[in-house]
Amino acid sequence: MTTADTVLAPARARTAATSATLRRKQGFQHGGWFVAPFLLLFTLFVIWPLLRGVYLSLTDANITGADAHFIGLDNYREALRDPLMWDALGHSAYFTLLVVPCITVLALLLAMLAHHIERGKWLWRLCFFAPFLLPSTVAGNLWQWLFNPGTGMINHVSGGDTPWLTDKSYAMLAVVVETLWWTVGFSFLLYLAALQSIPAHLYEAAKLDGANAWHRTVHITLPMLRNITGLVIALQILASLQVFDQAVVMMDFGPGPESSTRTFVQYTLEEGFTSYRVGYASAISIIFFVIIAAVALARMWLLRNRTEEATR
Amino acid sequence: MTTAVPVKPRKTWTPGQIVLTLLGTAVSVVLLAPLLWGLFTSLKSETEAVEVPPHWLPEDWTGQAWKALFETGNITSWFVNSLVVSVCVTFLVVLVSALAGYGFARTEFRGKGALMGLVMSGLMVSPAVLGVPLFTTVQQMGMVDTYWGMILPQCAPAAMVYILYKFFQGVPRELEEAAFIDGAGRWRVFLTIVVPLSRPSLSAVGIFTFIASWNNFLWPYMVTNNPDLMTMPNGIATVMNSYGIQWAQLMAGGLMAGLPLIVVFVFFQRQIVAGVAHTGLAGQ
Repeated sequence: MTTADTVLAPARARTAATSATLRRKQGFQHGGWFVAPFLLLFTLFVIWPLLRGVYLSLTDANITGADAHFIGLDNYREALRDPLMWDALGHSAYFTLLVVPCITVLALLLAMLAHHIERGKWLWRLCFFAPFLLPSTVAGNLWQWLFNPGTGMINHVSGGDTPWLTDKSYAMLAVVVETLWWTVGFSFLLYLAALQSIPAHLYEAAKLDGANAWHRTVHITLPMLRNITGLVIALQILASLQVFDQAVVMMDFGPGPESSTRTFVQYTLEEGFTSYRVGYASAISIIFFVIIAAVALARMWLLRNRTEEATR
Repeated sequence: MTTAVPVKPRKTWTPGQIVLTLLGTAVSVVLLAPLLWGLFTSLKSETEAVEVPPHWLPEDWTGQAWKALFETGNITSWFVNSLVVSVCVTFLVVLVSALAGYGFARTEFRGKGALMGLVMSGLMVSPAVLGVPLFTTVQQMGMVDTYWGMILPQCAPAAMVYILYKFFQGVPRELEEAAFIDGAGRWRVFLTIVVPLSRPSLSAVGIFTFIASWNNFLWPYMVTNNPDLMTMPNGIATVMNSYGIQWAQLMAGGLMAGLPLIVVFVFFQRQIVAGVAHTGLAGQ
Protein backbone atom coordinates (compact mmCIF):
# COMPACT_ATOMS: atom_id res chain seq x y z
CA MET A 1 0.00 0.00 0.00
CA THR A 2 2.67 2.48 1.01
CA THR A 3 4.94 1.51 -1.86
CA ALA A 4 2.09 1.90 -4.27
CA ASP A 5 1.46 5.32 -2.81
CA THR A 6 5.02 6.47 -3.28
CA VAL A 7 5.07 5.18 -6.81
CA LEU A 8 1.77 6.81 -7.64
CA ALA A 9 2.41 10.10 -5.89
CA PRO A 10 4.36 11.77 -8.72
CA ALA A 11 1.83 10.56 -11.22
CA ARG A 12 -0.96 12.07 -9.12
CA ALA A 13 0.83 15.38 -8.92
CA ARG A 14 1.23 15.34 -12.65
CA THR A 15 -2.46 14.50 -13.06
CA ALA A 16 -3.53 17.54 -11.14
CA ALA A 17 -1.18 19.84 -13.02
CA THR A 18 -2.03 18.66 -16.49
CA SER A 19 -5.62 17.54 -16.15
CA ALA A 20 -7.08 20.85 -17.21
CA THR A 21 -5.05 20.99 -20.42
CA LEU A 22 -5.55 17.30 -21.02
CA ARG A 23 -9.24 17.63 -20.58
CA ARG A 24 -9.36 20.40 -23.11
CA LYS A 25 -7.06 18.73 -25.61
CA GLN A 26 -8.53 15.23 -25.45
CA GLY A 27 -12.03 16.59 -25.52
CA PHE A 28 -11.47 18.92 -28.38
CA GLN A 29 -9.98 16.22 -30.55
CA HIS A 30 -12.74 13.71 -30.25
CA GLY A 31 -15.79 15.29 -28.68
CA GLY A 32 -17.61 15.88 -31.92
CA TRP A 33 -17.20 12.30 -33.03
CA PHE A 34 -18.95 10.93 -29.97
CA VAL A 35 -22.14 12.84 -30.63
CA ALA A 36 -21.96 12.65 -34.44
CA PRO A 37 -23.95 9.41 -34.99
CA PHE A 38 -26.73 10.56 -32.72
CA LEU A 39 -26.83 14.00 -34.27
CA LEU A 40 -27.08 12.50 -37.74
CA LEU A 41 -30.12 10.38 -36.79
CA PHE A 42 -31.58 13.20 -34.71
CA THR A 43 -31.30 15.65 -37.58
CA LEU A 44 -32.81 13.25 -40.11
CA PHE A 45 -35.73 12.00 -38.01
CA VAL A 46 -36.50 14.81 -35.55
CA ILE A 47 -35.19 18.20 -36.67
CA TRP A 48 -35.81 17.72 -40.38
CA PRO A 49 -39.41 16.44 -40.00
CA LEU A 50 -40.10 19.35 -37.65
CA LEU A 51 -38.81 21.92 -40.17
CA ARG A 52 -40.50 20.07 -42.98
CA GLY A 53 -43.74 20.09 -41.02
CA VAL A 54 -43.53 23.87 -40.65
CA TYR A 55 -42.86 24.22 -44.39
CA LEU A 56 -45.64 21.82 -45.42
CA SER A 57 -48.10 23.55 -43.10
CA LEU A 58 -47.74 26.66 -45.27
CA THR A 59 -48.63 24.76 -48.46
CA ASP A 60 -51.53 22.82 -49.88
CA ALA A 61 -49.39 19.67 -50.35
CA ASN A 62 -51.08 16.31 -50.84
CA ILE A 63 -49.65 12.86 -50.05
CA THR A 64 -47.67 12.58 -53.31
CA GLY A 65 -45.86 15.87 -52.64
CA ALA A 66 -46.45 17.03 -56.24
CA ASP A 67 -47.89 20.47 -57.13
CA ALA A 68 -47.64 21.98 -53.67
CA HIS A 69 -48.39 25.70 -53.60
CA PHE A 70 -47.42 28.17 -50.93
CA ILE A 71 -50.64 29.40 -49.33
CA GLY A 72 -49.35 31.30 -46.32
CA LEU A 73 -51.24 30.87 -43.07
CA ASP A 74 -54.46 29.63 -44.68
CA ASN A 75 -54.14 26.15 -43.12
CA TYR A 76 -53.80 27.67 -39.65
CA ARG A 77 -56.78 29.98 -40.24
CA GLU A 78 -58.83 26.98 -41.34
CA ALA A 79 -57.68 24.90 -38.36
CA LEU A 80 -58.76 27.51 -35.82
CA ARG A 81 -62.26 27.49 -37.34
CA ASP A 82 -62.39 23.70 -37.77
CA PRO A 83 -64.94 22.25 -35.32
CA LEU A 84 -63.58 18.72 -35.88
CA MET A 85 -60.13 19.81 -34.73
CA TRP A 86 -61.54 21.40 -31.59
CA ASP A 87 -63.64 18.28 -30.94
CA ALA A 88 -60.59 16.06 -31.30
CA LEU A 89 -58.59 18.32 -29.01
CA GLY A 90 -61.47 18.23 -26.54
CA HIS A 91 -61.58 14.41 -26.58
CA SER A 92 -57.84 14.13 -25.94
CA ALA A 93 -58.09 16.73 -23.16
CA TYR A 94 -61.10 14.99 -21.57
CA PHE A 95 -59.22 11.69 -21.66
CA THR A 96 -56.19 13.35 -20.04
CA LEU A 97 -58.31 14.97 -17.37
CA LEU A 98 -59.81 11.61 -16.37
CA VAL A 99 -56.68 9.47 -16.65
CA VAL A 100 -54.04 11.62 -14.94
CA PRO A 101 -55.54 12.03 -11.44
CA CYS A 102 -56.84 8.44 -11.34
CA ILE A 103 -53.57 6.90 -12.41
CA THR A 104 -51.53 9.01 -9.99
CA VAL A 105 -53.66 8.02 -6.99
CA LEU A 106 -53.93 4.36 -8.01
CA ALA A 107 -50.20 4.05 -8.67
CA LEU A 108 -49.41 5.58 -5.29
CA LEU A 109 -51.82 3.25 -3.46
CA LEU A 110 -50.48 0.17 -5.27
CA ALA A 111 -46.90 1.20 -4.52
CA MET A 112 -47.63 1.71 -0.81
CA LEU A 113 -49.36 -1.66 -0.72
CA ALA A 114 -46.46 -3.48 -2.43
CA HIS A 115 -43.95 -1.59 -0.28
CA HIS A 116 -45.54 -2.59 3.01
CA ILE A 117 -46.24 -6.27 2.36
CA GLU A 118 -43.19 -8.07 3.69
CA ARG A 119 -43.46 -11.34 1.85
CA GLY A 120 -43.17 -12.11 -1.85
CA LYS A 121 -42.23 -8.61 -3.02
CA TRP A 122 -41.26 -9.82 -6.49
CA LEU A 123 -44.67 -11.44 -6.94
CA TRP A 124 -46.63 -8.22 -6.21
CA ARG A 125 -44.34 -6.26 -8.47
CA LEU A 126 -44.91 -8.76 -11.28
CA CYS A 127 -48.70 -8.85 -10.81
CA PHE A 128 -49.09 -5.05 -10.66
CA PHE A 129 -46.72 -4.38 -13.56
CA ALA A 130 -47.68 -7.24 -15.93
CA PRO A 131 -50.42 -5.42 -17.92
CA PHE A 132 -47.95 -2.72 -18.94
CA LEU A 133 -45.90 -5.33 -20.78
CA LEU A 134 -48.65 -5.98 -23.31
CA PRO A 135 -48.54 -4.14 -26.64
CA SER A 136 -51.10 -1.33 -26.73
CA THR A 137 -53.09 -3.05 -29.45
CA VAL A 138 -53.30 -6.33 -27.55
CA ALA A 139 -54.51 -4.54 -24.42
CA GLY A 140 -57.03 -2.68 -26.57
CA ASN A 141 -58.36 -5.87 -28.15
CA LEU A 142 -58.57 -7.58 -24.77
CA TRP A 143 -60.77 -4.80 -23.36
CA GLN A 144 -62.81 -4.48 -26.52
CA TRP A 145 -63.60 -8.14 -25.89
CA LEU A 146 -64.28 -7.57 -22.18
CA PHE A 147 -66.56 -4.59 -22.87
CA ASN A 148 -68.43 -6.41 -25.62
CA PRO A 149 -72.11 -5.97 -24.66
CA GLY A 150 -73.30 -9.57 -25.16
CA THR A 151 -70.29 -11.83 -24.96
CA GLY A 152 -68.06 -9.69 -22.73
CA MET A 153 -67.26 -10.32 -19.10
CA ILE A 154 -67.73 -6.76 -17.77
CA ASN A 155 -71.49 -6.64 -18.22
CA HIS A 156 -71.80 -10.29 -17.20
CA VAL A 157 -69.95 -9.77 -13.91
CA SER A 158 -71.57 -6.43 -13.10
CA GLY A 159 -74.98 -7.71 -14.15
CA GLY A 160 -75.67 -4.63 -16.27
CA ASP A 161 -76.21 -4.18 -19.98
CA THR A 162 -74.26 -0.97 -20.52
CA PRO A 163 -73.50 -0.29 -24.20
CA TRP A 164 -69.88 0.52 -23.39
CA LEU A 165 -68.45 0.74 -26.87
CA THR A 166 -71.49 1.92 -28.82
CA ASP A 167 -72.85 4.81 -26.74
CA LYS A 168 -71.07 8.13 -26.80
CA SER A 169 -71.46 8.74 -23.07
CA TYR A 170 -69.59 5.50 -22.23
CA ALA A 171 -67.11 5.02 -25.07
CA MET A 172 -64.38 7.31 -23.78
CA LEU A 173 -64.87 5.98 -20.24
CA ALA A 174 -64.21 2.49 -21.58
CA VAL A 175 -60.96 3.72 -23.13
CA VAL A 176 -60.04 5.39 -19.82
CA VAL A 177 -60.66 2.19 -17.83
CA GLU A 178 -58.55 0.20 -20.30
CA THR A 179 -55.76 2.76 -20.05
CA LEU A 180 -55.77 2.73 -16.24
CA TRP A 181 -55.45 -1.05 -16.23
CA TRP A 182 -52.80 -1.09 -18.92
CA THR A 183 -50.47 1.74 -17.82
CA VAL A 184 -50.80 2.04 -14.03
CA GLY A 185 -47.86 -0.36 -13.65
CA PHE A 186 -45.32 2.11 -14.98
CA SER A 187 -46.15 4.88 -12.51
CA PHE A 188 -46.46 2.22 -9.82
CA LEU A 189 -42.82 1.24 -10.36
CA LEU A 190 -41.71 4.88 -10.23
CA TYR A 191 -43.51 5.35 -6.90
CA LEU A 192 -42.18 2.06 -5.54
CA ALA A 193 -38.60 3.10 -6.34
CA ALA A 194 -39.18 6.46 -4.68
CA LEU A 195 -40.65 4.81 -1.57
CA GLN A 196 -37.65 2.53 -1.28
CA SER A 197 -35.27 5.48 -1.46
CA ILE A 198 -36.78 7.26 1.58
CA PRO A 199 -34.19 6.87 4.38
CA ALA A 200 -35.42 4.53 7.11
CA HIS A 201 -34.02 6.69 9.92
CA LEU A 202 -36.69 9.32 9.27
CA TYR A 203 -39.38 6.79 10.20
CA GLU A 204 -37.41 5.54 13.19
CA ALA A 205 -36.99 9.07 14.52
CA ALA A 206 -40.70 9.76 14.07
CA LYS A 207 -41.57 6.52 15.85
CA LEU A 208 -39.42 7.56 18.81
CA ASP A 209 -41.33 10.83 18.88
CA GLY A 210 -44.56 8.85 19.09
CA ALA A 211 -45.92 9.44 15.59
CA ASN A 212 -48.41 6.77 14.50
CA ALA A 213 -48.59 5.17 11.05
CA TRP A 214 -51.02 7.78 9.72
CA HIS A 215 -48.84 10.68 10.88
CA ARG A 216 -45.74 9.05 9.44
CA THR A 217 -47.47 8.71 6.07
CA VAL A 218 -48.78 12.26 5.99
CA HIS A 219 -45.71 14.01 7.38
CA ILE A 220 -42.87 11.90 5.98
CA THR A 221 -43.95 9.71 3.07
CA LEU A 222 -46.11 12.15 1.12
CA PRO A 223 -43.73 15.14 1.35
CA MET A 224 -40.82 12.90 0.34
CA LEU A 225 -42.81 11.80 -2.73
CA ARG A 226 -43.45 15.35 -3.93
CA ASN A 227 -40.84 15.32 -6.69
CA ILE A 228 -41.75 11.92 -8.05
CA THR A 229 -45.43 12.94 -8.08
CA GLY A 230 -44.51 15.91 -10.23
CA LEU A 231 -42.68 13.61 -12.60
CA VAL A 232 -45.53 11.07 -12.75
CA ILE A 233 -48.10 13.77 -13.45
CA ALA A 234 -45.96 15.43 -16.13
CA LEU A 235 -45.20 12.14 -17.91
CA GLN A 236 -48.86 11.12 -17.73
CA ILE A 237 -50.13 14.43 -19.13
CA LEU A 238 -47.71 14.25 -22.06
CA ALA A 239 -48.51 10.59 -22.78
CA SER A 240 -52.28 11.00 -22.35
CA LEU A 241 -52.55 13.97 -24.70
CA GLN A 242 -50.92 11.73 -27.33
CA VAL A 243 -53.44 8.89 -26.83
CA PHE A 244 -54.17 6.98 -30.02
CA ASP A 245 -53.47 3.22 -30.10
CA GLN A 246 -55.95 1.83 -27.59
CA ALA A 247 -58.77 4.17 -28.68
CA VAL A 248 -58.62 3.18 -32.35
CA VAL A 249 -58.21 -0.52 -31.59
CA MET A 250 -61.19 -0.57 -29.22
CA MET A 251 -63.30 1.26 -31.81
CA ASP A 252 -62.31 -0.94 -34.79
CA PHE A 253 -60.17 1.87 -36.26
CA GLY A 254 -63.15 4.20 -36.44
CA PRO A 255 -63.83 7.42 -34.51
CA GLY A 256 -66.16 5.72 -32.00
CA PRO A 257 -69.89 6.31 -31.48
CA GLU A 258 -70.79 9.79 -32.83
CA SER A 259 -67.04 10.40 -33.22
CA SER A 260 -66.75 10.62 -29.44
CA THR A 261 -63.34 8.91 -29.20
CA ARG A 262 -61.64 10.59 -32.15
CA THR A 263 -58.41 11.84 -30.57
CA PHE A 264 -56.15 14.59 -31.81
CA VAL A 265 -53.51 12.19 -33.13
CA GLN A 266 -56.20 10.22 -34.93
CA TYR A 267 -57.54 13.39 -36.55
CA THR A 268 -54.10 14.43 -37.86
CA LEU A 269 -53.55 10.96 -39.32
CA GLU A 270 -57.01 10.92 -40.91
CA GLU A 271 -56.39 14.29 -42.53
CA GLY A 272 -52.95 13.20 -43.76
CA PHE A 273 -53.50 9.60 -44.83
CA THR A 274 -57.23 9.33 -45.49
CA SER A 275 -58.03 12.77 -46.90
CA TYR A 276 -54.45 13.10 -48.27
CA ARG A 277 -54.30 16.71 -47.06
CA VAL A 278 -50.67 16.66 -45.95
CA GLY A 279 -50.41 20.46 -45.76
CA TYR A 280 -53.41 20.76 -43.46
CA ALA A 281 -52.40 17.72 -41.40
CA SER A 282 -48.95 19.30 -40.93
CA ALA A 283 -50.51 22.54 -39.74
CA ILE A 284 -52.57 20.82 -37.03
CA SER A 285 -49.52 18.70 -36.12
CA ILE A 286 -47.55 21.89 -35.54
CA ILE A 287 -50.40 23.25 -33.40
CA PHE A 288 -50.24 20.00 -31.42
CA PHE A 289 -46.46 20.29 -31.09
CA VAL A 290 -46.88 23.79 -29.65
CA ILE A 291 -49.38 22.46 -27.07
CA ILE A 292 -47.07 19.59 -26.05
CA ALA A 293 -44.08 21.95 -25.86
CA ALA A 294 -46.09 24.37 -23.71
CA VAL A 295 -46.89 21.59 -21.22
CA ALA A 296 -43.25 20.47 -21.11
CA LEU A 297 -41.98 24.03 -20.67
CA ALA A 298 -44.54 24.72 -17.96
CA ARG A 299 -43.18 21.77 -16.03
CA MET A 300 -39.59 22.98 -16.43
CA TRP A 301 -40.65 26.43 -15.26
CA LEU A 302 -42.44 24.98 -12.21
CA LEU A 303 -39.41 22.85 -11.37
CA ARG A 304 -37.08 25.84 -11.57
CA ASN A 305 -39.31 27.92 -9.33
CA ARG A 306 -39.40 25.13 -6.81
CA THR A 307 -35.62 24.72 -6.74
CA GLU A 308 -35.23 28.47 -6.32
CA GLU A 309 -37.70 28.35 -3.47
CA ALA A 310 -35.75 25.52 -1.86
CA THR A 311 -32.39 27.27 -2.13
CA ARG A 312 -33.68 30.63 -0.95
CA MET B 1 -22.51 -1.90 22.57
CA THR B 2 -22.80 -5.63 22.39
CA THR B 3 -26.14 -5.50 20.61
CA ALA B 4 -24.65 -3.70 17.60
CA VAL B 5 -24.83 -6.83 15.43
CA PRO B 6 -27.81 -6.14 13.19
CA VAL B 7 -30.44 -8.81 13.55
CA LYS B 8 -32.65 -9.23 10.54
CA PRO B 9 -36.19 -8.79 11.83
CA ARG B 10 -38.18 -12.01 11.55
CA LYS B 11 -41.16 -11.73 9.24
CA THR B 12 -44.20 -12.51 11.32
CA TRP B 13 -47.85 -12.71 10.40
CA THR B 14 -49.12 -9.72 12.32
CA PRO B 15 -52.79 -8.83 11.75
CA GLY B 16 -51.66 -5.85 9.69
CA GLN B 17 -49.60 -8.06 7.38
CA ILE B 18 -52.49 -10.48 6.94
CA VAL B 19 -54.84 -7.66 5.92
CA LEU B 20 -52.30 -6.17 3.53
CA THR B 21 -51.53 -9.54 1.94
CA LEU B 22 -55.23 -10.24 1.42
CA LEU B 23 -55.65 -6.79 -0.10
CA GLY B 24 -52.66 -7.37 -2.38
CA THR B 25 -54.09 -10.70 -3.48
CA ALA B 26 -57.46 -9.12 -4.26
CA VAL B 27 -55.83 -6.37 -6.32
CA SER B 28 -53.68 -8.90 -8.16
CA VAL B 29 -56.73 -11.00 -9.01
CA VAL B 30 -58.50 -7.95 -10.44
CA LEU B 31 -55.44 -6.94 -12.46
CA LEU B 32 -54.73 -10.43 -13.77
CA ALA B 33 -58.38 -11.39 -14.49
CA PRO B 34 -58.40 -9.77 -17.97
CA LEU B 35 -55.26 -11.68 -18.91
CA LEU B 36 -56.75 -14.96 -17.68
CA TRP B 37 -59.97 -14.19 -19.56
CA GLY B 38 -57.87 -13.77 -22.71
CA LEU B 39 -56.01 -17.03 -22.05
CA PHE B 40 -59.20 -19.01 -21.43
CA THR B 41 -60.85 -17.50 -24.50
CA SER B 42 -57.91 -18.62 -26.62
CA LEU B 43 -58.50 -22.19 -25.41
CA LYS B 44 -62.16 -22.25 -26.44
CA SER B 45 -63.51 -23.05 -29.86
CA GLU B 46 -64.58 -20.00 -31.90
CA THR B 47 -68.26 -20.84 -31.39
CA GLU B 48 -67.90 -21.35 -27.65
CA ALA B 49 -65.96 -18.07 -27.39
CA VAL B 50 -68.96 -16.02 -28.50
CA GLU B 51 -71.59 -17.89 -26.50
CA VAL B 52 -74.02 -15.76 -24.47
CA PRO B 53 -73.84 -15.61 -21.49
CA PRO B 54 -70.05 -15.86 -21.30
CA HIS B 55 -68.35 -18.25 -18.91
CA TRP B 56 -64.79 -18.20 -17.59
CA LEU B 57 -63.49 -21.72 -18.21
CA PRO B 58 -63.78 -23.49 -21.55
CA GLU B 59 -66.17 -26.44 -21.50
CA ASP B 60 -64.11 -28.07 -24.22
CA TRP B 61 -60.45 -27.29 -23.81
CA THR B 62 -59.04 -27.05 -27.31
CA GLY B 63 -55.82 -25.81 -28.87
CA GLN B 64 -57.67 -25.22 -32.12
CA ALA B 65 -57.27 -21.44 -32.13
CA TRP B 66 -53.54 -21.71 -31.47
CA LYS B 67 -53.18 -24.29 -34.23
CA ALA B 68 -55.13 -22.17 -36.71
CA LEU B 69 -53.05 -19.16 -35.76
CA PHE B 70 -49.85 -20.85 -36.85
CA GLU B 71 -51.31 -22.60 -39.87
CA THR B 72 -53.27 -19.83 -41.56
CA GLY B 73 -51.86 -16.45 -40.59
CA ASN B 74 -48.48 -14.75 -41.01
CA ILE B 75 -47.93 -14.76 -37.27
CA THR B 76 -44.49 -16.37 -37.52
CA SER B 77 -43.23 -13.76 -39.96
CA TRP B 78 -44.67 -10.98 -37.74
CA PHE B 79 -42.83 -12.52 -34.81
CA VAL B 80 -39.56 -12.57 -36.76
CA ASN B 81 -40.11 -8.99 -37.97
CA SER B 82 -40.76 -7.82 -34.42
CA LEU B 83 -37.59 -9.54 -33.27
CA VAL B 84 -35.47 -8.07 -36.10
CA VAL B 85 -36.81 -4.55 -35.60
CA SER B 86 -36.59 -4.57 -31.79
CA VAL B 87 -33.10 -6.07 -31.68
CA CYS B 88 -31.76 -3.61 -34.28
CA VAL B 89 -33.43 -0.64 -32.58
CA THR B 90 -32.11 -1.68 -29.16
CA PHE B 91 -28.57 -2.19 -30.45
CA LEU B 92 -28.50 1.14 -32.30
CA VAL B 93 -30.11 3.10 -29.48
CA VAL B 94 -27.71 1.80 -26.83
CA LEU B 95 -24.71 2.43 -29.09
CA VAL B 96 -25.72 5.86 -30.30
CA SER B 97 -27.05 7.21 -27.01
CA ALA B 98 -24.08 5.91 -24.98
CA LEU B 99 -21.67 7.69 -27.33
CA ALA B 100 -23.71 10.88 -27.36
CA GLY B 101 -24.33 10.85 -23.61
CA TYR B 102 -20.61 10.50 -23.00
CA GLY B 103 -19.79 13.15 -25.59
CA PHE B 104 -22.11 15.64 -23.92
CA ALA B 105 -21.03 14.75 -20.38
CA ARG B 106 -17.26 14.59 -20.76
CA THR B 107 -15.95 16.20 -23.90
CA GLU B 108 -15.79 19.76 -25.11
CA PHE B 109 -16.63 20.90 -28.60
CA ARG B 110 -17.91 24.02 -30.22
CA GLY B 111 -21.65 24.60 -29.87
CA LYS B 112 -22.14 21.94 -27.18
CA GLY B 113 -24.52 24.01 -25.09
CA ALA B 114 -26.74 24.85 -28.04
CA LEU B 115 -26.80 21.22 -29.20
CA MET B 116 -27.76 20.05 -25.72
CA GLY B 117 -30.67 22.48 -25.79
CA LEU B 118 -31.71 21.11 -29.15
CA VAL B 119 -31.65 17.56 -27.78
CA MET B 120 -33.83 18.63 -24.86
CA SER B 121 -36.36 20.08 -27.26
CA GLY B 122 -36.31 16.75 -29.10
CA LEU B 123 -37.97 15.23 -26.01
CA MET B 124 -41.21 16.81 -27.17
CA VAL B 125 -41.24 15.27 -30.65
CA SER B 126 -42.65 11.80 -31.28
CA PRO B 127 -44.36 10.02 -34.18
CA ALA B 128 -47.64 10.80 -32.44
CA VAL B 129 -46.93 14.52 -32.50
CA LEU B 130 -45.32 14.87 -35.92
CA GLY B 131 -46.43 11.69 -37.67
CA VAL B 132 -47.41 13.15 -41.02
CA PRO B 133 -44.23 15.22 -41.66
CA LEU B 134 -42.10 12.32 -40.39
CA PHE B 135 -43.85 10.00 -42.81
CA THR B 136 -43.27 12.30 -45.78
CA THR B 137 -39.58 12.57 -44.77
CA VAL B 138 -39.21 8.79 -44.70
CA GLN B 139 -41.14 8.63 -47.97
CA GLN B 140 -38.65 11.05 -49.55
CA MET B 141 -35.81 8.76 -48.48
CA GLY B 142 -37.58 5.86 -50.19
CA MET B 143 -37.84 3.89 -46.95
CA VAL B 144 -41.60 3.32 -46.79
CA ASP B 145 -42.35 -0.42 -46.51
CA THR B 146 -38.78 -1.33 -45.54
CA TYR B 147 -37.08 -2.57 -42.38
CA TRP B 148 -34.89 0.53 -42.31
CA GLY B 149 -37.95 2.74 -42.50
CA MET B 150 -39.33 1.02 -39.40
CA ILE B 151 -36.01 0.92 -37.53
CA LEU B 152 -34.13 4.18 -38.08
CA PRO B 153 -36.81 6.70 -37.01
CA GLN B 154 -36.94 4.87 -33.64
CA CYS B 155 -33.19 5.37 -33.15
CA ALA B 156 -32.95 9.06 -32.24
CA PRO B 157 -34.07 8.89 -28.61
CA ALA B 158 -33.30 12.22 -26.95
CA ALA B 159 -34.58 10.82 -23.64
CA MET B 160 -32.02 8.00 -23.55
CA VAL B 161 -29.19 10.41 -24.40
CA TYR B 162 -30.32 12.60 -21.53
CA ILE B 163 -30.47 9.70 -19.06
CA LEU B 164 -27.00 8.46 -19.96
CA TYR B 165 -25.64 12.03 -19.98
CA LYS B 166 -26.83 12.36 -16.38
CA PHE B 167 -25.24 9.04 -15.49
CA PHE B 168 -21.86 9.72 -17.12
CA GLN B 169 -21.61 13.01 -15.26
CA GLY B 170 -21.45 10.95 -12.07
CA VAL B 171 -18.51 8.77 -13.15
CA PRO B 172 -15.43 9.97 -11.22
CA ARG B 173 -13.12 11.96 -13.48
CA GLU B 174 -10.02 10.73 -11.61
CA LEU B 175 -10.47 7.24 -13.06
CA GLU B 176 -10.36 8.61 -16.58
CA GLU B 177 -7.51 11.00 -15.94
CA ALA B 178 -5.30 8.28 -14.51
CA ALA B 179 -5.80 6.36 -17.74
CA PHE B 180 -5.00 9.41 -19.87
CA ILE B 181 -1.68 9.73 -18.02
CA ASP B 182 -0.95 6.13 -18.94
CA GLY B 183 -1.36 7.16 -22.54
CA ALA B 184 -4.83 5.85 -23.26
CA GLY B 185 -6.91 7.86 -25.73
CA ARG B 186 -10.51 9.00 -25.37
CA TRP B 187 -11.92 5.97 -27.11
CA ARG B 188 -9.91 3.52 -25.05
CA VAL B 189 -10.93 5.23 -21.85
CA PHE B 190 -14.54 5.14 -22.95
CA LEU B 191 -14.48 1.46 -23.91
CA THR B 192 -12.32 0.03 -21.12
CA ILE B 193 -13.29 2.21 -18.15
CA VAL B 194 -16.55 4.07 -18.68
CA VAL B 195 -18.59 1.37 -20.43
CA PRO B 196 -17.87 -1.40 -17.89
CA LEU B 197 -18.72 0.99 -15.04
CA SER B 198 -22.05 1.91 -16.56
CA ARG B 199 -23.30 -1.54 -17.39
CA PRO B 200 -26.42 -1.24 -15.15
CA SER B 201 -27.48 2.02 -16.80
CA LEU B 202 -26.79 0.73 -20.27
CA SER B 203 -28.80 -2.41 -19.65
CA ALA B 204 -31.67 -0.35 -18.23
CA VAL B 205 -31.69 1.75 -21.39
CA GLY B 206 -31.48 -1.42 -23.48
CA ILE B 207 -34.33 -3.22 -21.72
CA PHE B 208 -36.59 -0.18 -21.94
CA THR B 209 -35.84 0.40 -25.57
CA PHE B 210 -36.59 -3.24 -26.29
CA ILE B 211 -39.95 -3.09 -24.50
CA ALA B 212 -40.90 0.17 -26.21
CA SER B 213 -39.85 -1.04 -29.62
CA TRP B 214 -41.48 -4.47 -29.31
CA ASN B 215 -44.74 -2.81 -28.29
CA ASN B 216 -44.53 0.11 -30.72
CA PHE B 217 -47.65 0.24 -32.83
CA LEU B 218 -48.06 3.74 -34.22
CA TRP B 219 -44.87 4.08 -36.26
CA PRO B 220 -44.88 0.60 -37.88
CA TYR B 221 -48.58 1.13 -38.55
CA MET B 222 -47.85 4.34 -40.41
CA VAL B 223 -44.81 3.21 -42.32
CA THR B 224 -45.96 -0.16 -43.66
CA ASN B 225 -49.14 -1.83 -44.74
CA ASN B 226 -47.43 -4.81 -46.27
CA PRO B 227 -48.54 -7.86 -44.21
CA ASP B 228 -45.17 -9.55 -44.76
CA LEU B 229 -43.31 -6.66 -43.11
CA MET B 230 -45.62 -6.02 -40.17
CA THR B 231 -44.57 -6.41 -36.55
CA MET B 232 -46.66 -8.32 -34.00
CA PRO B 233 -48.75 -5.43 -32.58
CA ASN B 234 -49.37 -4.05 -36.03
CA GLY B 235 -50.27 -7.34 -37.69
CA ILE B 236 -52.59 -8.39 -34.89
CA ALA B 237 -54.37 -5.03 -34.80
CA THR B 238 -54.82 -4.55 -38.52
CA VAL B 239 -54.86 -7.89 -40.33
CA MET B 240 -56.50 -10.04 -37.65
CA ASN B 241 -59.09 -7.33 -36.98
CA SER B 242 -59.96 -6.73 -40.60
CA TYR B 243 -62.06 -9.74 -41.61
CA GLY B 244 -64.70 -10.59 -38.97
CA ILE B 245 -62.81 -10.95 -35.71
CA GLN B 246 -62.19 -14.51 -34.56
CA TRP B 247 -61.87 -13.90 -30.87
CA ALA B 248 -60.17 -17.12 -29.80
CA GLN B 249 -57.49 -16.68 -32.45
CA LEU B 250 -57.12 -12.98 -31.71
CA MET B 251 -56.56 -13.71 -28.01
CA ALA B 252 -54.02 -16.41 -28.85
CA GLY B 253 -52.15 -13.97 -31.10
CA GLY B 254 -52.25 -11.26 -28.46
CA LEU B 255 -50.83 -13.58 -25.82
CA MET B 256 -48.08 -14.58 -28.20
CA ALA B 257 -47.20 -10.92 -28.67
CA GLY B 258 -47.25 -10.22 -24.94
CA LEU B 259 -45.61 -13.37 -23.63
CA PRO B 260 -41.96 -12.66 -24.61
CA LEU B 261 -41.91 -9.45 -22.59
CA ILE B 262 -43.53 -11.07 -19.56
CA VAL B 263 -40.81 -13.74 -19.70
CA VAL B 264 -38.15 -11.01 -20.07
CA PHE B 265 -39.62 -9.26 -17.05
CA VAL B 266 -39.62 -12.36 -14.88
CA PHE B 267 -35.93 -12.95 -15.65
CA PHE B 268 -34.69 -9.34 -15.54
CA GLN B 269 -37.03 -8.08 -12.86
CA ARG B 270 -34.32 -6.63 -10.65
CA GLN B 271 -32.62 -4.78 -13.51
CA ILE B 272 -35.93 -3.41 -14.78
CA VAL B 273 -37.01 -2.14 -11.38
CA ALA B 274 -33.55 -0.62 -10.82
CA GLY B 275 -33.76 0.83 -14.31
CA VAL B 276 -37.11 2.50 -13.66
CA ALA B 277 -35.80 3.85 -10.37
CA HIS B 278 -32.69 5.12 -12.05
CA THR B 279 -34.29 6.69 -15.10
CA GLY B 280 -37.26 7.98 -13.16
CA LEU B 281 -35.20 9.51 -10.41
CA ALA B 282 -32.90 11.03 -13.03
CA GLY B 283 -35.89 12.81 -14.50
CA GLN B 284 -37.12 14.26 -11.19
